[in-house]
Amino acid sequence: MPRVRVYTHALRSCPELVTSHTIYYIFFVCPVQTKSKKTLAKPGVKNIVLVEGVRTPFLLSGTTYADLMPHDLARAALQGLLHKTSLPKDAVDYIIYGTVIQEVKTSNVAREASLGAGFSDKIPSHTVTMACISSNVAMTTGVGLITAGQCDTIVAGGVEFMSDVPIRHSRKMRKTMLALNRAKTLGQRLSLIGSIRMAHLTPELPAVAEFSTAETMGHSADRLAAAFGVTRLEQDEFALRSHTLAKQAQDAGLLSDVISFKVPGNHVDTCAVTAANSSFLTDGASAVLIMSEEKALAMGYKPKAYLRDFVFVSQDPKDQLLLGPAYGTPKVLARAGLTMDDIDVFEFHEAFAGQIMANLKAMDSDWFAQNYMGRKAKVGAPAMEKFNLWGGSLSLGHPFGATGCRLVTTVAHRLQKEGGQYGLVAACAAGGQGHAMVIEAYPQ
Amino acid sequence: MAGVRALGSLSTITARRYKVVSDISCRTFSVAPAMSARTHVNYEVKEDVAVIRMNDPTSKVNTLSVQMQNEMIEVFNEVLANNAVQSAVLISSKPGCFIAGADINMIQACNTSEEVTKLSQEGQKMFEKIEKSPKPIVAAINGPCLGGGLEFAIACQYRVATKSKKTVLGTPEVMLGLLPGAGGTQRLPKMVGIPSAFDMMLTGRNIRADKAKKMGLVHQLVDPLGPGLKSPEERTIEYLEEVAIQCAKGIVNKKISLTKDKGMMQKVQDYVMGIEFVRQQIYKTVTAKVMKMSKGLYPAPLKIIESVKVGLEQGPDSGYLAEAQNFGKLAMTSESNALIGLYHGQVACKKNRFGVPERPVKNLAILGAGLMGAGIAQVTVDKGIHTVLKDTTVEGLSRGQQQVYKGLNDKTKKKSITSFERDFTLASLTGQLDYSGFEKADMVIEAVFEDINIKHRVIKEVEAVIPPHCIFATNTSALPIKDIAAVSIRPEKVIGMHYFSPVDKMQLLEIITTDKTSKDTTASAVAVGLKQGKVIIVVGDGPGFYTTRCLAPMLAEAVRLLQEGVDPKKLDALTTGFGFPVGAATLADEVGIDVAAHVAEDLGKAFGSRFGGGNVEVLKTMVERGFKGRKSGKGCYVYTPGLKSKDVNPDIEDVLEKYKLTPNPLVSSDSDVQYRLVSRFVNEAVMCLQEGILNGPVEGDIGAVFGLGFPPCLGGPFRFVDTFGADKLVEKMRRYEEVYGNHFTPCELLLDHAKDSSKRFHK
Repeated sequence: MPRVRVYTHALRSCPELVTSHTIYYIFFVCPVQTKSKKTLAKPGVKNIVLVEGVRTPFLLSGTTYADLMPHDLARAALQGLLHKTSLPKDAVDYIIYGTVIQEVKTSNVAREASLGAGFSDKIPSHTVTMACISSNVAMTTGVGLITAGQCDTIVAGGVEFMSDVPIRHSRKMRKTMLALNRAKTLGQRLSLIGSIRMAHLTPELPAVAEFSTAETMGHSADRLAAAFGVTRLEQDEFALRSHTLAKQAQDAGLLSDVISFKVPGNHVDTCAVTAANSSFLTDGASAVLIMSEEKALAMGYKPKAYLRDFVFVSQDPKDQLLLGPAYGTPKVLARAGLTMDDIDVFEFHEAFAGQIMANLKAMDSDWFAQNYMGRKAKVGAPAMEKFNLWGGSLSLGHPFGATGCRLVTTVAHRLQKEGGQYGLVAACAAGGQGHAMVIEAYPQ
Repeated sequence: MAGVRALGSLSTITARRYKVVSDISCRTFSVAPAMSARTHVNYEVKEDVAVIRMNDPTSKVNTLSVQMQNEMIEVFNEVLANNAVQSAVLISSKPGCFIAGADINMIQACNTSEEVTKLSQEGQKMFEKIEKSPKPIVAAINGPCLGGGLEFAIACQYRVATKSKKTVLGTPEVMLGLLPGAGGTQRLPKMVGIPSAFDMMLTGRNIRADKAKKMGLVHQLVDPLGPGLKSPEERTIEYLEEVAIQCAKGIVNKKISLTKDKGMMQKVQDYVMGIEFVRQQIYKTVTAKVMKMSKGLYPAPLKIIESVKVGLEQGPDSGYLAEAQNFGKLAMTSESNALIGLYHGQVACKKNRFGVPERPVKNLAILGAGLMGAGIAQVTVDKGIHTVLKDTTVEGLSRGQQQVYKGLNDKTKKKSITSFERDFTLASLTGQLDYSGFEKADMVIEAVFEDINIKHRVIKEVEAVIPPHCIFATNTSALPIKDIAAVSIRPEKVIGMHYFSPVDKMQLLEIITTDKTSKDTTASAVAVGLKQGKVIIVVGDGPGFYTTRCLAPMLAEAVRLLQEGVDPKKLDALTTGFGFPVGAATLADEVGIDVAAHVAEDLGKAFGSRFGGGNVEVLKTMVERGFKGRKSGKGCYVYTPGLKSKDVNPDIEDVLEKYKLTPNPLVSSDSDVQYRLVSRFVNEAVMCLQEGILNGPVEGDIGAVFGLGFPPCLGGPFRFVDTFGADKLVEKMRRYEEVYGNHFTPCELLLDHAKDSSKRFHK
């Protein structure tokens, strides 16, 4: 018999959002059950905790953030994190950022952002990329460094800035311009300039298509949805659900990871982001503070969650481009020794409504499990009452490089609010790759 | 060569493998009981759409056979009469094939042109009914939609096609010496415009779905799906059906308009085509082009032009009649008979009659990165076989690798593969100078210089490093395999694989077995060849095997003709005029004068004076002076890079002068020159059959046409003897024999056929 538990929460943080000190009552239905494992702590392995996670508001690109640079957003996230945690600026051992479309001027955006945010210049930092799971890689890289005993305190994050992307001259033009650099005489220069034709002037936009298959992701998602028999109605319903839940979560003040960000020269305080105005191409940055448990406790922090097992998977970039969650979920569960029922909180990256529905159907299909995943039986689809309850990438926006940290932070926050123990993050990425991570609530 | 290549595209009809799905019967229980008698066509009603499914249970592909047509008419009448049905979808339940064409056997079973005309008219009537159907019919196309299949589809009101690589549309009838005889010549010009329609019908080429959409041949495209809750093939066809049903409903409730908005270009084109003078010019230009390409040897293209013209100028009634009558006439021509024979032969030569090899070849090593070696690598590496290309020098190796790269890059430029696929494919190619990794090779193909001593050295070196199961294949055009195998420690694993240059264009592969070659070795070699996309003949061992042996006497005759003062251009004109895609002099240049000299000498020794004719010294002198053919820039002609036209090499004049012969006017007419060349070729081919080198006349015909360019309109040397008459050929040869002696002595088998006119090579 499921028992109804009632949780009462006063809203914390984000004073810009909440003007009155209303108290919100949130109801959750939580079936009481015994977990396969009491904890995922392993003897002899360091516990790694998520201390805090923040993000800038995710905005439709080309709007309020339009005149910034990527590292500005990352800087804002870092400063927000510092502000929220009161972390001493020299207490961090290493900073890692994830990003997808690189601004060529700040190719190691982690370094520029950390310097700009006022971190000590003695803290090394590097940038990683793995499409939409770039900040997941940033976090797991941090986990690796802590596990290996190299570091104790890591700041990881992600940033994406689609308001300005590197648009290049055509290859022909670049070739001519580079040759022009090396030309020694005026005659050589003139003849090179004379060789420029109209065709040289066509610019080269960053590719929207998958490099290996030349297919755009939307197209692939469409085929994927059709392959799994996802109807248009199902997709629309899911998108509506995402927006509705995001709106509810926002109204309830649950999105406490969003920091206030004052855009220089702009009078609008951008914390007023609504659920519906974010979309496909998004600007935004996120950051998390990851530490070894002992260090966190020694510094007086109350960790939010343990970061446990994680996997990265990859498969056919043509027909299974966006099936990362379906492949990653059973794998990470097996690693952790958990079952689907053990998970209280699911946060999946919503690339497309059709993609989510296809992943759910794939996870619920014995045929697919046997023929493509090499499993004996399906892992089962997550229960929708546990799934992306505070909205998702569809509604909140998806800055490619920054979404991973948002997912992890959301799981941690939801575990706290809902009183669950285990959460699961899963995401797909271009290149047919995917990621899944199990997060365990920190005992309250 | 164009003729051969054009024929080659026939292979696409048959090379695919189709999975037969037989689940339709269970879906149709809702329909009347009379249905159970139907085996090829069935339908079910989904809401108000009738989904008509075709599936020929007896074949891997759907063809418009008599039964298919009868059942289709029956089903169609029921659909029309069914008040619950507003529209229909026509789909195949074979995942890989819509309709591959009309049933050729149905046409071949007819004895008179009237019978065939009647067949054509029945087809026309059926499609007219479809076209005029008050309930819109949507053709849902996945896989080949060719010939009669395309005519069926274009009679429907709307067409949806998958973007799968298997989905091709086309009218290949011309390659069988026929025309689209079920309304195709009348509907296509209206649908895609006169120029595109001529292009489709006269070349018979396959059109991919995306191109078809641009041409206006299909209305909507559907992407092939990956795995989902079912296999990709199964789900794709299901999805196609869903989309087609939506379209059918859309047409009924007027959400989809059948009159498409024409673009500016289209309007201009329509206007221009509306002018009679312009149309007349088009007919004239197209006819001139056809005459130039076909030398008037192929009647089908001309009949196609005529049928289109009648339809456009005199109205549909006359047009359909002309189409049906011309179809009937064409079906009775020897050309069509020859081309259909080749089609059947090709199908037969795309099968492995030696069974499934014990272990599939996954690692292939090629020795020698020359034109041949690299060519073999090029056709292997993209078939999922790891390929090692070994040469002895860095220069040779990098030239070979560049050739493979260029071949793939050209495909990228034509957009048949992506740059990623090119790179991915190239990753399976390893270039190296040593024998490392040969211990993993399943097969080694050597393509080193044609010298028995080098071949012996190579076989010894290779056998020292390869595993016991590895097959050693030798690519030689004339050296007997048993001589090469003489030094092998395991002759049962030695086999000959004779590729033709350029390997990526020439379809034929001649596999040569010795009496020691094991059956599994042969099966394995055939399997590799089929993977490489080749049409394969398997022949016995002997000097020159089959193809080279047939070609040698013809080239000897060509040299004699040059010595007799026939100009190379004239010689070329006479041979191409007979139907050879490449003239004899040009062919010698392409093969290489040095190779020709080499072969002529070797085979001359093996077969004695019978292989005489021209003086080998002519070739040798040319080689000495550096005229090795196209590869050296000079041969019978001078080749200038970048220039298509070529002039006769002026320096060969004094060579020919030195060896000048006086022609005998009794046997030197243009026609005699042609028959002197051809009869020696044909006689040698028949002798190969007589001696057991050839397995049968079918392989003989295929080898001659696809490897040597024997006129496709004649269907190969054996078909030619059947059609022309062995007695007439012998009579001609006797006449030449009187002048030149044993070069023209007809062989026993040919004489047998001459004596008894009921004896035929092809039944």
